[in-house]
Amino acid sequence: MLRYILWRIAVMVPTLLLISMLVFTIIELPPGDYFESYISELRAMGEAADMEEIEALRERYGFDQPAPIRYIQWVGGMLQGDFGYSFEYQLPVSEVVGDRMWLTVLVSFVTILVTWIIAFPIGIYSATHQYSWGDYGLTFLGLLGLAVPNFILALILMYFANIWFGTSIGHLMDQKYLNEPMSWDKAKSILEHLWIPVIIIGTAGTAGMVRRLRANLLDELQKQYVVTARAKGMSPFRALVKYPLRMSLNFFISDIGSILPQIISGAEITAIVLSLETTGPMLIKALQSQDMYLAGSFLMFLAFLTVIGVLVSDIALALLDPRIRLQGGSTK
Amino acid sequence: MILGADLLRIEDLSISFAMLGGRVDAVRKASLRVSPGKVTALVGESGSGKSVLSQAVMGILPKIAVASGRILFNDPLDDTQTDILKLSHDGPDIRAIRGRRIGKIFQEPMTSLSPLHTIGDQVSEVLTIHEDMSKDERYERTIEMLRLVGFPKPERAFRMYPFELSGGMRQRAMIALALICRPALLIADEPTTALDVTIQAQILRLLKDLQQEFNMAMLLITHDLGVVANVADEVVVIYHGEVMEAGTVEDIFRRPTHPYLKGLMAAVPHFDMKPGERLKALREVPVNASQLLGKSGGKEPPGPEILLSARDLSKSYKVRKAGFFRQPDETPMRAVDGVSFDIRRGECLGLVGESGCGKTTVSKMLMRAVTPDAGSILFHDRQGPIDVLRAEGAQLQRLRSKIQMVFQDPVSSLSPRMTVQNILSEPLEIHKRGTPKSRLEMVSALMEVIGLNSRYLNRYPHSFSGGQRQRIGIARALALGPELLICDEPVSALDVSVQAQILNLLKDLQKDLGLTYLFISHNLAVVDYMADRIAVMCAGRIVELAPREILMGAPVHPYTKSLLAAVPFPDLDRPLDFSALQAANASDMRNWSAPFREDDDGHGLATADLGDGHLVLARNNADVRELRP
Repeated sequence: MLRYILWRIAVMVPTLLLISMLVFTIIELPPGDYFESYISELRAMGEAADMEEIEALRERYGFDQPAPIRYIQWVGGMLQGDFGYSFEYQLPVSEVVGDRMWLTVLVSFVTILVTWIIAFPIGIYSATHQYSWGDYGLTFLGLLGLAVPNFILALILMYFANIWFGTSIGHLMDQKYLNEPMSWDKAKSILEHLWIPVIIIGTAGTAGMVRRLRANLLDELQKQYVVTARAKGMSPFRALVKYPLRMSLNFFISDIGSILPQIISGAEITAIVLSLETTGPMLIKALQSQDMYLAGSFLMFLAFLTVIGVLVSDIALALLDPRIRLQGGSTK
Repeated sequence: MILGADLLRIEDLSISFAMLGGRVDAVRKASLRVSPGKVTALVGESGSGKSVLSQAVMGILPKIAVASGRILFNDPLDDTQTDILKLSHDGPDIRAIRGRRIGKIFQEPMTSLSPLHTIGDQVSEVLTIHEDMSKDERYERTIEMLRLVGFPKPERAFRMYPFELSGGMRQRAMIALALICRPALLIADEPTTALDVTIQAQILRLLKDLQQEFNMAMLLITHDLGVVANVADEVVVIYHGEVMEAGTVEDIFRRPTHPYLKGLMAAVPHFDMKPGERLKALREVPVNASQLLGKSGGKEPPGPEILLSARDLSKSYKVRKAGFFRQPDETPMRAVDGVSFDIRRGECLGLVGESGCGKTTVSKMLMRAVTPDAGSILFHDRQGPIDVLRAEGAQLQRLRSKIQMVFQDPVSSLSPRMTVQNILSEPLEIHKRGTPKSRLEMVSALMEVIGLNSRYLNRYPHSFSGGQRQRIGIARALALGPELLICDEPVSALDVSVQAQILNLLKDLQKDLGLTYLFISHNLAVVDYMADRIAVMCAGRIVELAPREILMGAPVHPYTKSLLAAVPFPDLDRPLDFSALQAANASDMRNWSAPFREDDDGHGLATADLGDGHLVLARNNADVRELRP
């Protein structure tokens, strides 16, 4: 096991290196750099750009160097924890991201928890009461949840929340706490605002999960070992949880791999509609304005989380399923 | 004890399923009884309702089933009588009976155990549910039970997962699970159907021993009359949900009265058949091969006597036993190891062996579906020999039309999205034979040959029964007018009555069309009925090859002997000799007597000729006289 993990970690290094090259190339692809788009922006507004200052900045950040050297500097900096400088915000990247990061993690984490809490009972109910009215009703609701785009749901909820509760639900907290340090009032305000994005972002995920759990569980419920469990005299609920439910969880564990990157980047459009202070909108803006260090570091972070997430779910699968742990793949 | 002294008494039991647009009666007014400490066998074909009946006894019928009648269970432990049908579905009363007073084992030991939990966990769980015991006591009882069912190292088995065990061992674990609470009644639903014949004999012996040791009654559900004759005290024959005949095993076997039972007994191939004797299928299929004769060319001059000769075929697979906690070690597994044989024109060569012995791999080599690592296969066509393994282009096309295959599973070997007409004319289209019109005529003729009406040509395979589907598979194989037909377990998936029908069809076709068969089966009685010569395979080698009468009458190799000894006969006068059964695995070379083993001095194994075409695999320095029994 340890050998396997070490091997997987070793493989991660070339994987991430390849991704970093790809990210760098893509960011470099559009003509020009941040400063050129900055100058043209200033010119468009009729202001004169201070060319000297810009040249100095260019030199300072190595923009006069050829691309391979800039790439090496960028990667080398990240390895030392220096993620570069955001020109847009005029701050180091780590500071720009830092504040938004934990809010994003909070929103995503609560969303995932809520998704699980709702999806599991419904999925189990649907599978064990297949083709009952309850199953049909919940299936219908689930399909609605899958079909309605999140941002439309966001707009609708914003409208009704404003009319019924009189709260403006844009942002993750009351306007006055923006850029304020943490306090009890701010925390309360965040909790007050949290439920709307959680519901909106969670609907599609919940519906999808209900469907997958139902399908997987239905497959398992047909299996002979379920009959064996009943023939032992187990109570139906305990038999359900111990055997078929456990068997149907493999898909869920495989999902963990993709959940990790979603935690910090999911639901960009919803976040823009609701003007949430999460990282999603920031990433989009950074890509638009060619704020290369911010975008690049962010993309690298996502790639890193994906690779880690897949590793974690593979290890978890092996721990939970003895067939994966003990059976070697036979080759012809 | 309550009057009547029956442990289980089923009275007028009817079970029906509510299906789309109506009700299906699975069991109709069935009555039977199981006496304490006795074995009652419930015999019937698939779909006769025998499994549904056994589910009703434990109250584990599917929810859509509706049952009426009475199922009385007299528990000798506390002298109470319970009507199981009156208990609430999955309520505490019925749960106290399940697993504790009535145990059940199933046909497929792999799927009836959860792959994610250890054997120990699943077996001791029964104790957790029913007995008030500490963890240590449960462990002790489980270990004791595992030892009792024949695990040599129960402590190790306790921590193992089902997929780490062989089929026979899994079934033993399942028996331990069913019996750990010492139930008064064990329901065994086809407990040995999925097992090899030598393993089947071991499991039957174990069940019989345990049944006597625990003084437990058993309701044995099976379709195999041989098993019934060896294990049962009383027999109930069920057909289409109705009990046809019931009585003691003596009555049933010596004086069968019901025509269905008589027919069933006549349909099973057995070893005492005279040459030329025919099985009586319950529903015979007339064969009309005259339409095909013109095309397959029965009047052509006969070709060379040897149709196909295989020499030293070998194939090994690399088995990588890697795992999370283990070092990967790659050992080549020899699936086929130096196999040589000839198939003579017009004969039926039987190939017998247990699962995993390599017989299917050999058949695939003949079809060029698997490439052997070494060896050669020569096919002697009328137009000259073809090197099967090296044929290319037009020669390969010709070869393909000369060797055809009939598969085991009639369900998965026919595409569900093609009509019968498409299925039968596809080979002709591939080989560009004839025009669309002549193809249609050919397809109709083929349907005639296998005894199906050509009106059914536009139907899809799912609207046919298993036997009919297998006949379509045979017709497809015949479409190109092959000379050699490889039949890979063609009747294993079929019921006894249908089995006789297919076997007779194959026999008639062979006679009328002058076909040559390679007939692969694990069922010795079936091979005995079909084959002229029989080859026995074990662990990738042919250990014995002889004409049918010699192999059946005077087998030489210890493996052949143990195979023959393990076959249960549907005959009360020839019971299985359980005491003679080797407890150990019969296919393990270490259990064979000295002349048949490799020895440490480097004397390998070679084929020895005992005369009359009787070949046996023995040590290369062994004396022929030494080998004779």
